[in-house]
Amino acid sequence: MAKITFIQPDGSQQTVEAKTGMTVMEAAKLNDIAGIEAECGGACACATCHVYVDAAWREKTGKPAEMEEDMLDFAFDVRDESRLSCQIKVSDAIDGLVLRVPSKQF
Amino acid sequence: MAADSDTTAGGGDGEIVTDVVIIGAGPVGLFAVFELGLVDVKCHLVDILGKVGGQCAELYPEKPIYDIPGLPIVSGQELTDRLMEQIKPFGATFHLGERIDGLARRADGRFDLTTDAGKKFNTRVVVIAAGGGSFTPKRPPLDGIEAFEGKSVFYSVRKMSEFMDKDVLIVGGGDSALDWTLNLQPIAKSVTLLHRRDEFRGAPHSVEKMRALVAEGKLRLLIGQVTALHGTDGWLEDAIVKTKDGEQKLSVNALMPFFGLTMKLGPIADWGLHLEENLIPVDTEKFETSEPGIFAVGDINTYPGKLKLILSGFHEAALMSQRVHKYVYPDKKLMFQYTTSSSNLQRKLGVK
Repeated sequence: MAKITFIQPDGSQQTVEAKTGMTVMEAAKLNDIAGIEAECGGACACATCHVYVDAAWREKTGKPAEMEEDMLDFAFDVRDESRLSCQIKVSDAIDGLVLRVPSKQF
Repeated sequence: MAADSDTTAGGGDGEIVTDVVIIGAGPVGLFAVFELGLVDVKCHLVDILGKVGGQCAELYPEKPIYDIPGLPIVSGQELTDRLMEQIKPFGATFHLGERIDGLARRADGRFDLTTDAGKKFNTRVVVIAAGGGSFTPKRPPLDGIEAFEGKSVFYSVRKMSEFMDKDVLIVGGGDSALDWTLNLQPIAKSVTLLHRRDEFRGAPHSVEKMRALVAEGKLRLLIGQVTALHGTDGWLEDAIVKTKDGEQKLSVNALMPFFGLTMKLGPIADWGLHLEENLIPVDTEKFETSEPGIFAVGDINTYPGKLKLILSGFHEAALMSQRVHKYVYPDKKLMFQYTTSSSNLQRKLGVK
């Protein structure tokens, strides 16, 4: 189990509980987090579950794999802390994770 | 066989006369050819992509699918290839790289369809198997970009000569971005390629050529992202580009963004069909829409309990075909038969 906090561009926050083994995108969708579209359903085939990982958590969540980097090419305003949330697995190690939702998915 | 069933280009005005036009050549559209073929109905398929397979081929050709009955694991491309093999006996005609833009009911109850390339169909039945909609280039969410589209922002190239005196900015790191960079570099006044990282997904030999041109000073490569566009009346004057050294203004008068494809409902929305949240409601007996003679199968339809699974689309195609048979052969009785035992079906499949 892990608690994950999503911060919207307007500063509003929502903390959800996610089960180990699911993806952060799935946890977001289950809890109706605004701005996480996940058009392809988690196949790493779009870039509409783009999030910014809080600086304190970047080491724990790791770097995007090659396929994810390729998909991030299709996202907007990609930064060093960009990840696709369908590619972050929930585990005890990320309990407390803080993510920012971008102003636009496209 | 009724004359109706003969697919000819013999209609007036060079139109193609057929029983069924299937819109979308994804897995469900392909399997519809099989089910319709078993009941002697001939099909034409139209797909906006330049290849068959829909999302399976475009979004996840390499990714395994685990819920196709009888195939414990199959990739999107392999499923597409197998379906093409399965429908081979029925000789459907494919119209790839085209989109059905217009649909109108004729006085005789049939339908006139037109593609964006100007092709015309005269068909008894329309089967919409358009999945998530038609694949269209992604529009970068830059303020006011719509105003520039068609005049100075392009997602494809129709005439290369239009870029002759232009300062072109190409954005992206895949084959489309690289190919157009290499094609336009000798023609345009200047070409700048912009990508968010110094790694490219495109074919290695294209990347090499691009880097060689950069080394020769014939091409500018920037690593960064576009943040704003400026211009008047749709004519681009400059683009603001953010690189790791900060923001800079690029004087360009043509922009080509290549951020992949997304699915949009497109012209289907204009055909007078009842829609619910961009999906087409159908009954669960025939999968017919609010318009008699227009059917919808696969991810594009909705009904109580609908699941967007390929296997659900296959089932829908089988039931839809029974009703389509009645439209195409109103006087014929349809006998239910199994492919395992029916010599008639086996003859159609070419196995007997």
